[in-house]
Amino acid sequence: MISIRNISKRYGAGSRSILAVDGVSLEVNAGEVLGFLGPNGAGKSTTMKMVTGFLTPTSGSAVVCGRDVVDDPVGVKSVIGYLPEGAPNYPDMTPAAFLDFIGQIRGFKGSEKKRKIDAVVERVHIGGVMRQPIETLSKGFKRRVGLAQAMLHEPPVLILDEPTDGLDPNQKHEVRNVIRELASRGDVNSGRAVVLSTHILEEVEAVCTRAVIIAKGKVLVDGTPAQLRSMSKYHNAVTLTVIPPLNAGGEPLNIAKEFAAITWVADVEDQGVRHVPVSAAGPGGPRQTCTLVPRGGRPLLADVTSFAKGRGWTIETIAVEGGRLDDVFREMTMRDREPARETMKAGGAR
Amino acid sequence: MKGLVPVFRRELSGYFTTPVALVFIVIFLFLAGVFTFQLGAFFERGQADLVVFFNFHPWLYLFLIPAVSMRLWAEERKTGTIELLLTLPISLAAAVVGKFLAAWGFVAIALALTFPLWITTNYLGNPDNGVILAGYLGSFLMAGAFLAIGSCISATTKSQVIAFIVSVVICLLFMLAGLKEVQGFVSGWLPLEAVKVIGSFSFLSRFEAISKGVLDLRDMIFFGSIIAVFVAATGVVVNMKKAE
Repeated sequence: MISIRNISKRYGAGSRSILAVDGVSLEVNAGEVLGFLGPNGAGKSTTMKMVTGFLTPTSGSAVVCGRDVVDDPVGVKSVIGYLPEGAPNYPDMTPAAFLDFIGQIRGFKGSEKKRKIDAVVERVHIGGVMRQPIETLSKGFKRRVGLAQAMLHEPPVLILDEPTDGLDPNQKHEVRNVIRELASRGDVNSGRAVVLSTHILEEVEAVCTRAVIIAKGKVLVDGTPAQLRSMSKYHNAVTLTVIPPLNAGGEPLNIAKEFAAITWVADVEDQGVRHVPVSAAGPGGPRQTCTLVPRGGRPLLADVTSFAKGRGWTIETIAVEGGRLDDVFREMTMRDREPARETMKAGGAR
Repeated sequence: MKGLVPVFRRELSGYFTTPVALVFIVIFLFLAGVFTFQLGAFFERGQADLVVFFNFHPWLYLFLIPAVSMRLWAEERKTGTIELLLTLPISLAAAVVGKFLAAWGFVAIALALTFPLWITTNYLGNPDNGVILAGYLGSFLMAGAFLAIGSCISATTKSQVIAFIVSVVICLLFMLAGLKEVQGFVSGWLPLEAVKVIGSFSFLSRFEAISKGVLDLRDMIFFGSIIAVFVAATGVVVNMKKAE
């Protein structure tokens, strides 16, 4: 439904110009909820602004529902529902007047307009504040008014720029529910394509079927949230807490070092030893927690449990990690800063 | 132009949902009255016409019109609603013209509310109502020209204060272009043709003719062209500056 072809945007001209988006290509199909991830200034918003026809691409193009954004911007705008960053709206207007204005612009009249407005008001639950000026509403309500504006004409394509930014956890949860509902409640035949940008990784997990990481104007990763997680070095890592045996001197054995001997363990992150008082839950004494990072993402659970059992250690808790999205995010978006960090480390060691 | 009517309606009703409309209209009517009766000595003149009333309009507009036009685009850019407006399925022209017409319509309402003066004049004497009508038409056209300039300036900045001040200065230049002093100042170093061209841009001299009942087609075309050029320029500036 959305086809972005090698789109670029350069702000300014000459030597001081900035290439905000550098040849991004993407296809978004009906039924997909695509999470657009990236650090601030990565080019997420600029890409969205080009797809929605607000900015003209410097090169390349975007086609939405068969309409080219450069040749037919008004046509593209009529099939998109767009929530700009920060959900701007006219503070002096009431939601009722504001949605009526949007309805008129979208070409609805009379009873059809009323029906559309009623439906969207119901969906985002703003019925109680329809007669209050928007500037007097809470942030959560303002955001919902913005969503209502974007959804009023039941567009096949929905583009939301940081829809939950600045909301409290409850409001975030609500907005995410609305988004999820939207994606699944599209036309039976075609479904709806939703693109949302965020820098909150949990959001991708919560609502997206696909995630794209973008940094410095380029697409770095494109996959499902699960695929993304599996790129983390913590994918299939095992975190466990063990009651370490005491050595001859009465000191607890450092099990982190022992676990490093397992062939498929690439790295052991020792989270230290803590002392637990005797309680109904178990015997007192030292507990050591460590995370075992696998080589090449190989599942470790079986190896680790049999290793511990073979030595007679008691495993108190054990958990397998799916991978950490923030880890992948950092890894991907900080990649070209890596050499600098390496040198710093080396210098510090000496 | 699809979308022009909703944009016009939203913008115009926007004046009335805030105190802007009330404050503007009250001050406009008050100042118009003060100028006409006190400075213009409307009664003492003993003539049944509205010449003194119209004579002060350029000065009234100089400060009041930029106050209306300053928010047209500066506010949209400041609050980010410009992104909302320009991603709705309407053309840029519909947005620019719709907003301009709303501001013009608002000023027309304020101007129309000076009707008691017209009634008074007709009650006291037998004025030439054709001349008065011409005066109103000229005043309306001149307001449109001021507004178009202000709209264009408003699109260049996010700050309403800057939009106001720059608009006042530029409108003042247009007003005074025909005065002897200005002409004398530029004639020292500009060729005669250029001085004439500058003089021909004078709002004051053109409006003076209209307010006396001389409806010259050239003057009307002049104001019409100023409006068209600056509204078109507004579109160009909005398009250029929207990303910032």
